[in-house]
Amino acid sequence: MPAGTLYRGREGMWSWVAHRVTGVLIFFFLFVHVLDTALVRVSPEAYDEVVATYKTPIVALLEYGLVAAILFHALNGLRVIAVDFWAKGPRYQKQMLWAVMSIWIVLMAGAVYPVLGHAARELFGS
Amino acid sequence: MSADLSKTAVGPVEGVSLYDVDNPAPLIDPPRKRTKRSPKSARGNFELAAWLFMRLSGVVLVVLVIGHLLIQLVLDGGVSKIGFAFVAGRWASPFWQVWDLLMLWLAMLHGANGLRTVINDYAERPSTRLWLKGLLYTATVFTILLGTLVIFTFDPNIR
Repeated sequence: MPAGTLYRGREGMWSWVAHRVTGVLIFFFLFVHVLDTALVRVSPEAYDEVVATYKTPIVALLEYGLVAAILFHALNGLRVIAVDFWAKGPRYQKQMLWAVMSIWIVLMAGAVYPVLGHAARELFGS
Repeated sequence: MSADLSKTAVGPVEGVSLYDVDNPAPLIDPPRKRTKRSPKSARGNFELAAWLFMRLSGVVLVVLVIGHLLIQLVLDGGVSKIGFAFVAGRWASPFWQVWDLLMLWLAMLHGANGLRTVINDYAERPSTRLWLKGLLYTATVFTILLGTLVIFTFDPNIR
């Protein structure tokens, strides 16, 4: 194993790994999501029945995970664009990753109540 | 260390040069120059177009998808309001039809290109690559066509 470099094992590599993993997860969800939405062409009952599973507490937790993946992929994607097109992008890639993570934490904190609130009410009563 | 400047590190060049001003050496093409003998996959600019597409579609998707998440999961009761009636209400407007159509196409193509890159990186046997990409392209075309059909043929009075 070569020793650590500016890239290997550092912010650049791990953000690349996370971008790839979240991208693949989002793509698989998208495939399922188009299929479930296609049920509106079958019948309102079929669609509502499947959407009901999206409202269960366990799936609400998965939705929170989906939001986490999408927000990271979106913010880090903007960072990748800045690295590619902004002259000073490569120099500030590390600082931009910390900016991405800070905004991500704030948005994830803000998403707790809207995304998980109804699940909490269902589990613990309102 | 006594440096004798009359001796250089380069030894004498063996033999006589075959070329001179009247008989110049043949020009060698740069390594990546596209010629008639380049493989087909290296002739066009597909990878450049794909690279640019990822960035352009990415910017648009940030707006479309985060807007979509706000509407579906955050505003107006979050996911609990979603149902057939909610979908019918939104697709009554051409604005949201175009929004969803654009999001479907851009997200599927963006994701398919991303997975193509992942397959190229990790699947090493040619047959494995062929099968995985075949599966990916089939699923992508199927999903885009199905989604497009659903948006255009949606009938709020289906029952």
